[in-house]
Order: sequence, then C-alpha cells, then structure tokens
Amino acid sequence: MLDPSSAILLDVSHVSQTYETGSGEARAPVLHDVSLSLRQGEIVALLGRSGCGKSTLLRIISGLSRPTDGHVSIGGETVDGPAEGVAMVFQSFALFPWLTVLDNVEIGPRAQGVPLDETRKRALQAIDVIGLDGFESAYPKELSGGMRQRVGFARALVVQPKILLMDEPFSALDVLTAETLRTDLLDLWQEGRIPIKSILMVTHNIEEAVLMADRIIVLSSNPGRIGAEIAVPLAQPRNRLDPEFRELVDRIYALMTQRPEPKRAEREAAAAAVGLGLALPLVSTNSLAGMLEEIAAPPYDGQADLPHLADSLQMEIDDLFPLGETLQLLKLAEFAEGDIKLTPTGKQFVDMGVDQRKRLFAEHLLANIPLAAHIKRVLDERPSHRAPATRFREELEDYMSEDYAERTLRAIINLGRYGELFAYDENAQAFSYENPQ
Amino acid sequence: MSMMNVAAAAGRRVLPNHWDLIALAAIMAVLTAIARAYHGIAAPLPAPNVPVITLDYAALPYYALRTALRMFAAMFFSFLFTFTYATLAAKSRRAEMALIPILDILQSVPILGFLSFTVTFFLGLFPGNVLGAECAAIFAIFTSQAWNMAFSFYQSLRTVPRDLDEVARGFRLTGWQKFWQLEAPFAVPSLVWNTMMSMSGGWFFVVASEAITVGDTTITLPGVGSYIAEANNQGRWDAILAAVATMAVVILIYDQVLFRPIIAWAGKFRVELSVGQQVERSWVLELLQRTNWIRRGVRPLFAALRAASLWRLSLPRVLPARVFDSRPVSRLVDIAWVVVVTVVAAWAMWSVVIYVSTELSWSDVGKVGLLTFYTLLRVVTLMAIASAIWVPISVWVGLRPRWAEAVQPIAQFLAAFPVNLLFGAAVSLILAFNLNPDIWLSVLIVFGTQWYIVFNTIAGAAAFPNDLREAAANFRVRGLDWWRKVILPGVAPYYLTGAITASGGSWNASIVAEYVKWKDQTVAAHGVGAYIAEATDKGDFPRIVLGVAMMSIFVTLFNRLFWRRLYAHAERRLRL
Repeated sequence: MLDPSSAILLDVSHVSQTYETGSGEARAPVLHDVSLSLRQGEIVALLGRSGCGKSTLLRIISGLSRPTDGHVSIGGETVDGPAEGVAMVFQSFALFPWLTVLDNVEIGPRAQGVPLDETRKRALQAIDVIGLDGFESAYPKELSGGMRQRVGFARALVVQPKILLMDEPFSALDVLTAETLRTDLLDLWQEGRIPIKSILMVTHNIEEAVLMADRIIVLSSNPGRIGAEIAVPLAQPRNRLDPEFRELVDRIYALMTQRPEPKRAEREAAAAAVGLGLALPLVSTNSLAGMLEEIAAPPYDGQADLPHLADSLQMEIDDLFPLGETLQLLKLAEFAEGDIKLTPTGKQFVDMGVDQRKRLFAEHLLANIPLAAHIKRVLDERPSHRAPATRFREELEDYMSEDYAERTLRAIINLGRYGELFAYDENAQAFSYENPQ
Repeated sequence: MSMMNVAAAAGRRVLPNHWDLIALAAIMAVLTAIARAYHGIAAPLPAPNVPVITLDYAALPYYALRTALRMFAAMFFSFLFTFTYATLAAKSRRAEMALIPILDILQSVPILGFLSFTVTFFLGLFPGNVLGAECAAIFAIFTSQAWNMAFSFYQSLRTVPRDLDEVARGFRLTGWQKFWQLEAPFAVPSLVWNTMMSMSGGWFFVVASEAITVGDTTITLPGVGSYIAEANNQGRWDAILAAVATMAVVILIYDQVLFRPIIAWAGKFRVELSVGQQVERSWVLELLQRTNWIRRGVRPLFAALRAASLWRLSLPRVLPARVFDSRPVSRLVDIAWVVVVTVVAAWAMWSVVIYVSTELSWSDVGKVGLLTFYTLLRVVTLMAIASAIWVPISVWVGLRPRWAEAVQPIAQFLAAFPVNLLFGAAVSLILAFNLNPDIWLSVLIVFGTQWYIVFNTIAGAAAFPNDLREAAANFRVRGLDWWRKVILPGVAPYYLTGAITASGGSWNASIVAEYVKWKDQTVAAHGVGAYIAEATDKGDFPRIVLGVAMMSIFVTLFNRLFWRRLYAHAERRLRL
C-alpha cells in the first residue's frame, strides 16, 4: 500500500497551539512545533496519551480550530476554517439523536445543497457499504454502540472526503464490537470499496495502532510534540499473536515510557527545580496499591512487561501510564525498557499492613512530591493550621493551565488523604489537620 | 425533568453585581417613560367600547374560547421573543453582557405590577379600540412566560454538546442550517417543559388581566377572568362555580391535546443516547402517529419543513461572534461598550428617581420598604407553613408509586389552575366571619403556588433510589433521623425547584391577594402588593413605579442571597 512517491495529501508544518486565559495571558502550550504529512494510500495513527494534544491536532487539521502558529494544507490548499475534502468520525459518535439514520447520513451533502435524489443515492450506497441496510429509519437511540459508529462512518463517507479523520473511533465500544468494526473498515479499505485516499486516526491504544496503521506517529506530552515515527512494515491482515507484531507493540511501549530515561538524573533535577510545576495525574490510591501487588505477585515477581500487565489488568495505556508514573514519582516503582519494576521500598510496601503502608506512603509523598511538602509547610506555619485551597490553586496556575491545576489539586488531596498527611474540607474548600473526631 | 428551569438558574452568578443594577435601572426607566408619556396626555384613558359581560352560563364556552385564544397568542409571541432574544444573547458576547442581566431582573419583577403601564401603553397605541386592551392582556401573559422560556433557550444554546457542534461546523452548515438542525432541536425538551410550566402561571395572569381598572378606566375583555370579576361584583356563587368548572375543562383540554403530545414528542430530542428513563406518553400523539391518513397527509409538510431548515442561509452577523479575541482593539471596544451601557443605565436610573421624587419623598420610600418587608414576611412564613404541611404528605405519596401516579396529575393541574378565580369568594368568607385580613389574605398568597412544592417533592420522593431506602431500613434508621438524614436530603433538590417556583409565584400573587374586592367592598392587607394594587386602582404612577421597583429589589436579593445559594448547595452536595 505504501508508496513513498505518491502525492502528499496533507501537510502540517510547524503547528503550535497555546491556549489563552480569560485575561489574555498565554498559558502552557498544548502543541509545540508539530510537522507531519500524509501521503495518498496510507493509514497513519497518531498515538499518544490523554492530554498530549492529539485531538487538538486533529481539530486543527480539520479546520475546526486554528493553530496559534504554523500552517496546514490539504491537497495544496491552505486550511482556513472547516476544510473540504476531510470528514471526521468521532469517539462519541456525535449523531443527532433527533434524526433517523438516513437523515443523519444525509446531513453533509444536504447542507451543501446537493440535490435530494443525488444525496439519497449516495447515502443509500454508503449505508449499504458500511452494513447498515435495514436500519435507515431507526433513530440512534435504538442502535447499539457498534451500529451507531457505523452510522458515523457512513455519514463521513457520504461527503466523499479525500481524507478520513478518526478521533479514537473505537474506544467507546466494547472489545468485540471494536474488533469487528476495525476489521470491517480495514477490509473495505483494502478492497478499495471506499473512495477515501488516506486515513489519519488518533488513538491511545497501541495495539490498535499497530493493527491498522502503515505508519505510527507517537506524540509526547506537555507540550504535545512528535516523539517518534515508526513504520509498520507488516502485511495486512495482521495477526496480533505474530511475534513481529508483539515485538513492535513492545517497542512502542518501551518508547512511550522510556523517553525520559536516558536523561533520568537530569529529569529528576528538573522535577526538583520544577517543584510545584509538576502536574499530577488523578489516580485512585486503591489502584496504586493494587498495581503494586499485581507486579509483586507471580507471574511478574517484581517486574512486569507493560503490554502483558495492561492485558491482565484489562487497562488501556491511559489508565496504566498515570498509575505507573505516580508510582515512579513516589519511587515505589520505575519504568525500564517497556517494563515496570518495583523498587525495594515498593516491595516492602506490598508486604506491609494498612497502617504501615500509610506511613510509608506519607513519607514518600513528602519526600518526592514538592506540592505535598509545600502544603504541609504552609499548614505548619499558620497558627490556625488551616489553608484555603484557592491559595494553592493560584500558585499552581502560575505553572499550568486551570484544568491541570484543578486536577493536580484533586490528585494531591486524594494522595494526602490516603497518607493522612492532611485533611481537606470540601465545604470550606480548605486544607487542615483536623479530621472529624 | 422539572429540574431544568431552576437548574439553569442555579448555574448563574449568585451575588448581585453592577450588571443587575444596570438592568434594574433600564427596566424601571422604560416603565417610567411610559408613565410619563401618559401624564403628558393628561386626559383620561379612552375607554374602549367593549360588550358588557353577562353571567349567563351559555356565554361561558365563548368566553373560555376567547381566554384560550389569548393564551395562544401570548405563546406565539413568547416563542418569537425566545428565538430572537436568546439567540442574540447566546451568539454575541457583548449583547449577552446586557441582555442576560435584563432577563434575570425581568424574571424577578412582579409582572402584575406591569399591568397598569402596559394597559396605558397599548390603549394609547389603539385609542378607543378594544385591540389595545387585548394587546395589554396578551402582553401580560407574555411577560409571565417569555423570560423563563428565553432563559431556557439561552442555556440550551450555550450548552450544545461540543461534538455535535463540531459535526455541524465540519460539514460547514450555515448559521440558519445549524440553528434548525442542531441548536433548536437540542433546546426542545427543556424549552417545551419551561413553556408548559410558564403556561401554568399564564392562566393566573390571563384571569388577572382581563378585567382591570386603571384610574377611572375599567376595561373588561370577554373571557373567563372578566366573567369571574363580574360574578364577584354581583356576589353570585353559582356563576363563580360555573366559571371554575369551565376553567378546569379548558386547562384539561390544553394539557391533554396540546402539551402532553408535545412533551411526548419532545422526548426524541433528548441527547442522552441511552433508552430508559420513563418515556412520556400521550394518547393524542399516538393517535396522530398511528393513523395512516394523517401520517401520509403530514409527510409532505415535514419534508418541506426539513428542506426549509436546510436552506443555505447565513444568519446575519449583527455583532461580533463569540470567540475570545484578545486584540487590543477588541478590548477597547469592550470597554467602550461597558461605558456606554453604564452611562445609559445611570441616566435611566436618574430619570426614575427624578420622576418618583416629583410626588414622593424619602419617607414614602421608607414606608414602601416597610410594606415590602411585611410582604416578605408573609411569603416566607406561608412558604414555611406550606412546606411543613406538604413535604411530609408528598414524601408519603411519592414513596408509594400507585398513589404518586394518581396524585401527580392532580397536583400539576392545581398548580396550573388560576386560583385568583376564587379570591373573591375567599374574601366573602373573611368578611362574613370578620377575620383579620392581614392574616387570612396571606393564605391566598400560597393558595395556588403550594402545588409546585407538592408535585416536585412527590417527583423527588418517587425518584429516591430504592437501595438507599433499603439501606436505611437495614440499618434501622427511623423516626426523626430517617427524615433528617435520609429522605429530606434526598428530595431537597426537587423540593427547592418547587419552592423557588412557588416563591416567585407568591410574590406575584401578593399583588392580587393583598387587595381583593367582593361586591362593593374591598379587603386589603398591609403589604407592598396592596400598595401597588391600590396605586393601580387610582392610576397613581409614581407610587406604582416605587412599589414595583422596591419589590423587584427585594425579590432579586431574596432569590440571589437565599434561593440560589441554597439550590447551588443542594445541587453540589445532594444531587443523587
């Protein structure tokens, strides 16, 4: 399929995106200097974790939002506003609940003023190709998730786009349905039954990317930028159990966790310097403990291969990585070459009882997360031993966007409560040492 | 579902700010301008030539029809207003800055206080013609519906799901197409519900506005309200009963033939994609949808409407679109805009003060403040009493599905029923038993509005999760503890929805309820409602302006400082 000489359909050059606050100050960039291109006849996957700006990039490409910097062109024409020649498939399906399947599919051409009979012909054809025959008069509410996403595909196909953009199209579906839909789409694509020249999909599912794409672009987070580009030379249809397939998946896992690894000392120095600027993911403390226990237990015995661990815990990387990272921050575990390994204290933690665990957790929290230490210091200094949350929120907002600040605060409240470092009163929105007697 | 209107309200700011002040000034200034214009003419209002109201039973169906038609006309204008005003507010940031506070204050202004102004205004527009009086009545109903509907629509426009919005933009729908394909349909469920709720209030206003006296001019339009007014004048109990029965039938027909089908139909516009929830049903809608020839007949009509909704029209860009624009020029325009609005409002406020001060002094302001305080006391006390009585009963009913099913429609019906039809009769009792009007007229204030508390609380109790009930039973939580820790927090958001609606209605009702006529006698209580009503009777405009303004301030503060805070708290902490 991949022919390097074929025409470039889409060109993204040096795109950056920064969100502004209400007062007009520039905040942390979402995307930084992203360049990529899409050639005719290829499927490209944008792989990244939540918050790496991959959906933002997709919206910039489709013309739904405008980059702060840089330039996008499709078929040589600069994108300036919602672009012709692209159609998007959404994670949430985004169907109009008040329109029937047929009306939903027809909305694109009808809005463009394509005559009714021409529209109907194209719509029925798309419905037929995508396997929705017999459901024309159904409302989206009556359909299962898989059928709804088929409507999403038919709606995109009917406008005869050159490029199909897909924003995590299978991630809201159950495993079986998602697999069927992927296979059906790949079959249609292979057989040339859909008039699309190229597909760009966003995903956080590594296996999905390896299964479908000819080329995988890994986006790294904070700010989103291109981390790596990997060609997938396997022939379609691909087999998940194929050793080559597994190896590629492993490589990508390693890539996505190990990136900071070469400069680890540097990174830690940076983290210390960043101090409060360290954005924390929101994770459940039960999951943290659960994950430590899982890694400690056989068959892993203290060191787990990430793809396997993801499989056995039924987790996507968006669930797995934040857990792993929090453990790494707390120095209870660390990533190494696509594996996650318990540190000695991590192993001790697993063998401890509840109270001991909490004590150890609190120590590590204070030692390794500057925000936790900062909150404790403030509480100690104040005679009342109380401090409003807004104070810390504002400090955090000097380093990160409001959303991230809020999330980080939530995360530290959660971790602090578990470690019994401090209490938090939701009504008063204040930190303190008091817990109800 | 009954949450929608108040849920929307709770999302808004809580504390009053300068925008509220500006809005209040603007509204009062418009009223003053009308009153002034009237004074300029200085002649008695030309009484239009209206047929005399007869108490003949045979005339009642005709009167009922006229009343119902007025409701229709008002609803039409309310929709017109909703679609334009709310759309403008939602699409333009600068328009929003001024339009939304105005709407917010208008919601708190006692609409019945308007009546004298609007009658004057419309009679002036059509001198000597009954059309003026009709317009005034329709406008009164309009004011009881439009603000609420516009707010609901505005809220919907601002909360269109992002992915659907992206689909619409991705397919490059024009403004017109997007409005009809996405925004209007998305707003339908909440708009329909708010329309129905407003309609309940509307019956009250249609009755109040059909027979009105401003100064020397008395206007009676043919309708059930005038019929009752005449019956009150003559003290005819049988006629009152007949009118009440007629009204009941009209409301029932409206409900069954108009609103039930529309609500059932609106169900398909709900965005949550899961089936489930209880599906509203309507026999009329089913009849329409399942009858073959009707379906075939309307199909071309729907196809035509759909085609029209897809015309490639762009909506006019009156004002800059809602994108945040940080360029300095835009900032400067923003500042200029705020300055202009503020100056206009300050001037407006000043003109109101000047006007009122021609005849009234500070002592009057103090007196009206005190009267408003009495009314506030009345509203608070009566709401408390009504809650104490009805919440336990409603909880009891709501926890028993079969009872709830039977009682719920009755409570909704009672909420819609214009109890002012009965005020005259109630007053005759006060006179007969020589009761204290300050106490017993107060009862009338919550007479019609208490039902909002009843049916919302029933809905809350019915929706209370069964597992929580079982858990409470399992841990043997009983008696006072059960009320305090289990069921009251559980129904609180629902109760508050009802209570806020009831409180708003009660303020309005006070204008009618504190000053009631029976035969040739007038019974009045001490309160701002009676003050406004009496001033209306005498055509004393400065006093009306003062009374309405004072009441608006009280209502706004009461809503902001009390209800919204409470509601926001309940939403945050107690929503299950």
